[in-house]
Amino acid sequence: MQQNRMPEGKKTNLLSTETPTDVLRFLAAGNVDDGKSTLIGRLLYDSRAVMKDQLEAVTRASQNKGKDFLDLSFLTDGLQAEREQGITIDVAYRYFSTPKRKFIVADTPGHWEYTRNMVTGASNADLMLILVDARNGLTEQTYRHTLLASLLGFKHLILCVNKMDTVGFKEAVFEDLVAAFKVFTATLNIPSISCVPVSALKGDNVVQPSASMPWYKDKTLLEQLEEVNVAAELEQLPFRFPVQLVLPVQDNVVLAGQVESGRIKVGDKVQVHPGGEERTVLKIQLMDQTLEEAVATNSVSLVLDEGKPLQRGNLLSATGDLPLISDKIKVEVCWFGPGKLLVGQPLLVKHTTRFVKAEVLEIVHKTDVATLKQMPAQNGLEMNEIGEVLLQTEEPLYYGPYLVNKGTGSLIFICPRSFETIGAGLIR
Amino acid sequence: MPAANNYLTYLESEAIFVIREAVAQCAKPVLLFSGGKDSLVLVHLARKAFWPALPPFPLLHIDTGHNFPETITFRDKLVQKTGMELIVREVEDSIRNGRVEEEKSLNPSRNRQQSVTLLDAIAEFGFDAAFGGARRDEEKARAKERFFSHRDASGKWNPHNQRPELWNLFNGLHLPGEHFRIFPLSNWTELDVWRYIQQENLEVPDLYFAHNRKVVNRQGSLLAHTEFINILPGEIPEEKQVRFRTVGDATCTGAVESRAETIAEIIAEISVSETTERNTRADDLRSETAMEDRKLEGYF
Repeated sequence: MQQNRMPEGKKTNLLSTETPTDVLRFLAAGNVDDGKSTLIGRLLYDSRAVMKDQLEAVTRASQNKGKDFLDLSFLTDGLQAEREQGITIDVAYRYFSTPKRKFIVADTPGHWEYTRNMVTGASNADLMLILVDARNGLTEQTYRHTLLASLLGFKHLILCVNKMDTVGFKEAVFEDLVAAFKVFTATLNIPSISCVPVSALKGDNVVQPSASMPWYKDKTLLEQLEEVNVAAELEQLPFRFPVQLVLPVQDNVVLAGQVESGRIKVGDKVQVHPGGEERTVLKIQLMDQTLEEAVATNSVSLVLDEGKPLQRGNLLSATGDLPLISDKIKVEVCWFGPGKLLVGQPLLVKHTTRFVKAEVLEIVHKTDVATLKQMPAQNGLEMNEIGEVLLQTEEPLYYGPYLVNKGTGSLIFICPRSFETIGAGLIR
Repeated sequence: MPAANNYLTYLESEAIFVIREAVAQCAKPVLLFSGGKDSLVLVHLARKAFWPALPPFPLLHIDTGHNFPETITFRDKLVQKTGMELIVREVEDSIRNGRVEEEKSLNPSRNRQQSVTLLDAIAEFGFDAAFGGARRDEEKARAKERFFSHRDASGKWNPHNQRPELWNLFNGLHLPGEHFRIFPLSNWTELDVWRYIQQENLEVPDLYFAHNRKVVNRQGSLLAHTEFINILPGEIPEEKQVRFRTVGDATCTGAVESRAETIAEIIAEISVSETTERNTRADDLRSETAMEDRKLEGYF
């Protein structure tokens, strides 16, 4: 039975006119049956991100579909086809905030065949939340989601053991599950993993500590989400700044772009790629603000000293910590299709702010996402398959391994005829 | 000035990145300007993105003819202040040319008709990117919108064939005749917009602040008593202290009773509000899929 009723219990007042300090983006993975909608619903409801008129609309829609519970998927399954077929077509984004943080939740469909949606939702998330039903324990889905988290380089993972109310809030159930999960993740490279026993329906350990589980002394789910520090990780990486535009300003070289990683101060020396010319940052500005320093994720304009002409697609890097340079790179590809990915097929690649022509020289292997086992892939990669390829680009890329730096380690594949986005790549 | 990593800086940086990407990848962008809070924030972000140069695109106002005078006053002042070019295209002309028909219902609105005027303007100037202030939190059909929302050569939105958006690698490549709607504020909520307006000290039309106005209560929407709406039997215009949460066509933009006279009071009011801003929009309340239906036709 589905338990999608509106969360019971007292509505917690997280409300404040205080401005949150930063943003956390996370991905929620799991089946509808695991209570994912209810859990997200609980977070939205308790933080007052769901309004009365939305609730009324969801109630009307649920009743019209003859459901005897409140189906919160109606909140974002916004398209008519989705509402009629009761499926989620692709990634939906939901928003809520507490006085500490603004949260952007990527909610992806549970069906595994939509690897593409998981990868898309995961690409901008800093943390993955995996739901399991306390009665069922770890399932095939749990393993797949966790393996994908490791493949995509997630550093933070929270396992939510949901529906604790259905197992009498028993500590042993939770502990057994946690032990099994620890064994499974021991060989995966995910530095921060935590496990929380919750009842999304009743609200236990979601926002409020649970009176029914006094044995659980750790933080509630929301507290954990509020405390994960992700910005610092990005700022500690070496400085990278892909040039988006050279602004038409007389007598000055003004570069528009976003700091992809690291930080930059006025007076710092940088290297320009390609070419490697060394330049000095004279000024960092944004409209009438002059900044001393800019950090990862900041969009700014940089004024450099005199030198060779610059253009969109150039990469500025720290002088001591250079990107890798090559026109033959190994890439883990998630293929979106519609057709197969084949050796020799002409492709366009977007990497940082550059479009580059490319072709696949070799499909090294494909990866079974249920086991991470590698298999031969002579016949190409099908839609939703993941595999490693050797990519030849027409011009060299300035990059870093994805697992170290997402910004210069990611790329997308574009069909040179239709211009559709047909795949995603993680540079090895 | 500390660069700050507060959450508004994050949203601002993301929006500026998107605006710059669209300009880098599209030949002829335009910014859809309605005079509402989202579009004025968009103008501000565009100016930041290219400062000290002017944003390399004009503003386009699709004028339904059913305006609040405050919106037009505000629009003209902003154009003067920013030095940006303004293009106005009128739904009235589309009606006169037989491109669209005026609604004949009891509650006629030109909200839907403006899609035709907009698509005609996009074709007339050959725009291939149109910035809009739509946000995903506004309405369920917008919850799955992309930052770069692809439109085919007839201007149609196909929700089943949108390009996946990974990392910050936006793909703005397109075939001749196709265009993109670009939504830099996708990840913002109503509250984020107001907090940003407060932080940046932006001017907004007076309509957003509490004022006395004659309104008609029509199925829960407090519609302004203007020359553009018919008073139905049994309806009595009443003077109330109201403000608008969204500013659009005067025939379908409802007011809310409010005492908020400053930005800070607006923020406090929204923080405890129990309804969404679109709840005041009679155009969305027409049916469960009203927004999706209009979007398919080329609406914002």
